[in-house]
Amino acid sequence: MDWLLDAETTAHKLALMVLAIALFALVMGGILFAVDKPKRVPQWVVVLGFLGPPLLLLVLGLVYPAIGTLVNSFKNNDGSEFVGVDNYAAVFSNSELLIVLRNTVLWVVLVPLVATTFGMVYAYLVDRTRFENLAKALVFLPMAISGVAAGIIWQFVYEYRPEGQSQIGLLNQVLVWLGAEPRQFLLNAPQNTFFIIAVMIWINAGFAMTVLSASIKAIPDDVTEAARLDGVSGFGMFRYVTVPSIRPALVVVLTTVAISTLKVFDIVYTMTGGQFSTSVIANEFYSQTFRQFNQGLGAALAVLLFILVVPIIAYNVRQLRLSEEIR
Amino acid sequence: MTASDVSQEVVTQATGKIDAPVTESWRSRRRQRRAEAAAERLSKPAASTIAIVIAVLWSIPTLGLFVTSFRTVEDIQSSGWWTAITNPLFSQYNYQAALVDSGLASNFVNSFVITLPAVLIPITLALLAAYAFAWIPFRGRNTLFVAVFALQIVPIQVTLVPLLTLYVDAGVAGSFWTVWLSHSMFALPLAIFLLHNFMKDVPPSLVEAARMDGAGHVTIFFKVLFPLLVPAIAAFGVFQFLWVWNDLLVALTFASNDATPLTAAVADLAGTRGNAWYLLSAGAFITMVVPLVVFISLQRFFVRGLLAGSVKG
Repeated sequence: MDWLLDAETTAHKLALMVLAIALFALVMGGILFAVDKPKRVPQWVVVLGFLGPPLLLLVLGLVYPAIGTLVNSFKNNDGSEFVGVDNYAAVFSNSELLIVLRNTVLWVVLVPLVATTFGMVYAYLVDRTRFENLAKALVFLPMAISGVAAGIIWQFVYEYRPEGQSQIGLLNQVLVWLGAEPRQFLLNAPQNTFFIIAVMIWINAGFAMTVLSASIKAIPDDVTEAARLDGVSGFGMFRYVTVPSIRPALVVVLTTVAISTLKVFDIVYTMTGGQFSTSVIANEFYSQTFRQFNQGLGAALAVLLFILVVPIIAYNVRQLRLSEEIR
Repeated sequence: MTASDVSQEVVTQATGKIDAPVTESWRSRRRQRRAEAAAERLSKPAASTIAIVIAVLWSIPTLGLFVTSFRTVEDIQSSGWWTAITNPLFSQYNYQAALVDSGLASNFVNSFVITLPAVLIPITLALLAAYAFAWIPFRGRNTLFVAVFALQIVPIQVTLVPLLTLYVDAGVAGSFWTVWLSHSMFALPLAIFLLHNFMKDVPPSLVEAARMDGAGHVTIFFKVLFPLLVPAIAAFGVFQFLWVWNDLLVALTFASNDATPLTAAVADLAGTRGNAWYLLSAGAFITMVVPLVVFISLQRFFVRGLLAGSVKG
């Protein structure tokens, strides 16, 4: 048993990994072999063979824990007794947690709007230019970077040295070149939140650009041609032809970025740890639950996150339905 | 017709769908369009310049840390990375310090050990589920599919504490098993949804034909559908790979010291040694190298996955 749980050497870890994959293959292979007799096995057994394992994992890993957290959110911080809506009341009255809520609103409004606008304008600008592929690849690249690495990259851009010393952070060096004083970008509230939000925009603009670029390219040539014959050009073309044509994709991008922004945790965790009034709900959930062991409050924050995601997805699904009906 | 013939036909049909318009007129139209595009390209020098300048600006933060990761400890502290152009002095000491002294080499192994099963297992399970939802008729199928689809809205945060309690009670907390299991569970709703979308686009006549030949569901799945789904699987595979490799939250919650992946180890360095830029820069690039290689080489599949419409964040 210990051999299965505590792997310390590289060889041991790799052996464990191979074992896990082999075990999984064996179990799944066994199930499939058992149900692959089309005539003799009743239909429901086949369905169970295909759907049973994934559904079991979904119930165990998502449904059951979600209900557990919902219950926890109405209990006190060590989970010993019910306290009604006290935890939720705390979220909306504690001054520090109100700052967390304010920051979350800033993130969810700014990141999707700025990243999508930038992505759209850039996709339009770069369309059919020289170096299009290279330029797009460079802007898209941050998508592959973890929030941790992105946080470190930008922390270094924002690095501060007192005036007079030579700056090692690029942004402060630019300020010095311009004749301004270097600043503590990440320490001074409330503007520090905006500098962390910039990192999320930096990552998501490439996503927005890629999706929107594909839908800009999908606009039929006759549509742009007809508009051109009508004398539409330049900004008019962008405003009256491109934007309306890619509206469904815009909605998808906005909502997708909004949801990933709501859940973002690693950037804040790496850059400030939520200190200096920069925390957001997802980060506050982590520190309340696992640092300060306020389980009830943490659960309430998680449920709040869930509640905030629902309307965005509902809107997304509605828009998808509408655009499918039009087609 | 045997099942493998069927799959052969499926492949030709599917590729035929893409290549069908390759007729002479289409070719000449394409040539003409290409010429127009080239002319437009030359007529948009301003747009080209702005686009490339923005792309360079976008890359500068990463480039800065990359240059820094090869500079000496004293240089990093005393001058900006941009001065390395006039005063180059590079070493690989930082990487050695990060990999050996800070032990990131073993975290690298952990990241690898975590990622491979956490990509293979959910894809396999999701393929089976997607097959059942697309091609096995049973009562309540649509309701169940909508329920699985709806589970995408559950944020991971909502599940962590009860799941951790479950693992502790089972006596497996902190091991690789819990990390594999958690990543697999969290990936399933999106994976099933995406693969189902691809799977139901396969022409029903092919599946019917195979069924007429007496092929069971497993045969149909492997011989008919699987070859057609390789691009879709690759698309989700890249997606899930990046997700797992770059994940911090699941790692911090479930992985104990011996199983800590790179992200968590580097985040810890950032918290405890916030000014040791020689370590942080090298550490950041050690976490980035594998996803960057995968991302660049498989970008085409990744983009396809994105365009298939996802709501996971």
